[in-house]
Amino acid sequence: MPFEYIDGIAIADVAFKAWGQTLEEMFIAAADATISVMVEDLETIERRQDREIEISSFAVDMLLFNLLQEIIFFKDAEQLLLRIEKVAVTSNDAQYVAKATARGEPIDPGRHEMIVDVKAVTLHRFKVEQTRRGWEAFVILDV
Amino acid sequence: MAIISKLNKISDTVWEIPADYKEGMRVPARIYATEKLLAEMDEGVVDQVTNVATLPGIQKYALCMPDGHWGYGFPIGGVAAMDERSGVISPGGIGFDINCGMRLVLTNLSYDEIKEYLKELVDRLFQRVPAGVGGSGFVKLSQDEFRTVVEKGSQWCIENGYGWEEDLERTEEFGRVEGADATKISQKAVDRGYRQIGTLGSGNHYLEIQVARPENIFDPALAKALGLNIPDQVVVMFHCGSRGFGHQVATDYLQTFLKVMEPKYAIKVLDRELACAPFLSPEGQNYFAAMKCAINMSFANRQVILHRVREVFSEVLRKDPLDLGMHQVYDVAHNTAKQEMHNIEGRPKRLLVHRKGATRAFGPGAQELPEVYRQTGQPVIIGGSMETGSYLLTGVNSAEQTFFSTAHGSGRTMSRQKAKKMFHGKTLQHDMERRGIYVRTASWAGLAEEAGPAYKNIDEVVEATEAAGISKRVARFVPVGNIKG
Repeated sequence: MPFEYIDGIAIADVAFKAWGQTLEEMFIAAADATISVMVEDLETIERRQDREIEISSFAVDMLLFNLLQEIIFFKDAEQLLLRIEKVAVTSNDAQYVAKATARGEPIDPGRHEMIVDVKAVTLHRFKVEQTRRGWEAFVILDV
Repeated sequence: MAIISKLNKISDTVWEIPADYKEGMRVPARIYATEKLLAEMDEGVVDQVTNVATLPGIQKYALCMPDGHWGYGFPIGGVAAMDERSGVISPGGIGFDINCGMRLVLTNLSYDEIKEYLKELVDRLFQRVPAGVGGSGFVKLSQDEFRTVVEKGSQWCIENGYGWEEDLERTEEFGRVEGADATKISQKAVDRGYRQIGTLGSGNHYLEIQVARPENIFDPALAKALGLNIPDQVVVMFHCGSRGFGHQVATDYLQTFLKVMEPKYAIKVLDRELACAPFLSPEGQNYFAAMKCAINMSFANRQVILHRVREVFSEVLRKDPLDLGMHQVYDVAHNTAKQEMHNIEGRPKRLLVHRKGATRAFGPGAQELPEVYRQTGQPVIIGGSMETGSYLLTGVNSAEQTFFSTAHGSGRTMSRQKAKKMFHGKTLQHDMERRGIYVRTASWAGLAEEAGPAYKNIDEVVEATEAAGISKRVARFVPVGNIKG
């Protein structure tokens, strides 16, 4: 998995690092890391429903913030566990835009071993950066 | 904590970090803790409480309660009072789970009287009070009705048959904070929350059946005045908040504040999670009105859960809830900002008090308290881990030093990931059952994350609040039945 949970930071919450060779790969990894806090096994989420997500932001880090926030929104508003299937990021002078296709299904306690709700993405130490190997994000989720 | 040497000891339970510790601090910071609790605190607490001390309009001290730990923005256990005119309001000083809180309900039954029904009570409560990730509640509302609920709080519940009139005065703010304005909340917040009234949620949210053993009554007169008057008395305590609705309200305004904070108001913060706006600005006032909707939603959530608890006890024990003496003791809010009068340099002043993972604790005589608690002081309900125990305390007048605030729980000392590696949900359930605690859970992994050793010692936390003079112990409760979200 291209993400890793980090111990010893904001201990009542969950901190993780996610990475990828491209921004898009890193976004997919970060979304999986977020859903993985809530459900034990990502592979138990079947791809039964699609949601198209389009978000924009003036900064690339807030673009990720908004994308993760969408995943959390669908978990409450429609009880959907979603994984990002593909995402394309474009930018112009004014802002970044991400268009994503998310796939998943409603929470089914019979098949999904649920763990704990993610309440929100926090901005404490929140970071998106380009590295020599690609892109990396550091995120603390409020649970 | 490695930097204990940098703190000035004010008393056995108060430690100060002077205002020259960090550039931009407007006031010193004070941590309330025994030396032992302080040593166990993570260093993030010092960094965060001193960041809070830089916020515009902060009065006297940035404070951290004895259960404090590293959070986001404010530390968990953080308290900051802002001048209304020159100060700011910050969602990071309140938390995403707005008005996460505790409710305590009495019965007139002893443990022996419910022992044979315990499993049935817990099983039925587990069926009837939805718990776990996402989740939808039993109160079916249209989105318009939900908008009414968030403006009226528990009052809507009583009008619609979910509770007793007397429950209102036994709830902080009488179950409805004035000034909640549903035009200030987003459609997304409504979409996230309108199906979740009457749900516990997950994580550290729970519903417990507990017992007050005679040896755990610290102040018999106060205990009696608060309704604890038979040996081994059974009580019900639960912890939950404003669910996805509150989380979205906080998220929405965090982004609003980030956009205006520097360009419009020239405020710089040391952590983006402390994003804020002047309290009296349009953005600040809009958030205040929206945040109040989440406060009310949370009161309503706990009110309908109380209704369910009474129904279940009544069904299982075949008696009317009134005959079972199921009076609510009180309901306290943890994550809020409220306008309150406090003395600053001998003069009363209206302040905006942020409490994040901290409990308001007014002493005897406070005008904000209902008649029934004017003599005793405000009941304060502090939940411990599911394996150890919880407390009932009262507010005291020497808590003026903390803007009448005290601890809210035991505080985590172990990460969720580590707890999940160390403990196994099903084994833990069996162990607890052997020790007389019957547990039902929506998640085995979630149960493991909440194991007792993942938390600080609740007794030490509560003793520290009493030693510091910010609240007074009345009774300790031990769990016998637990529903874990």
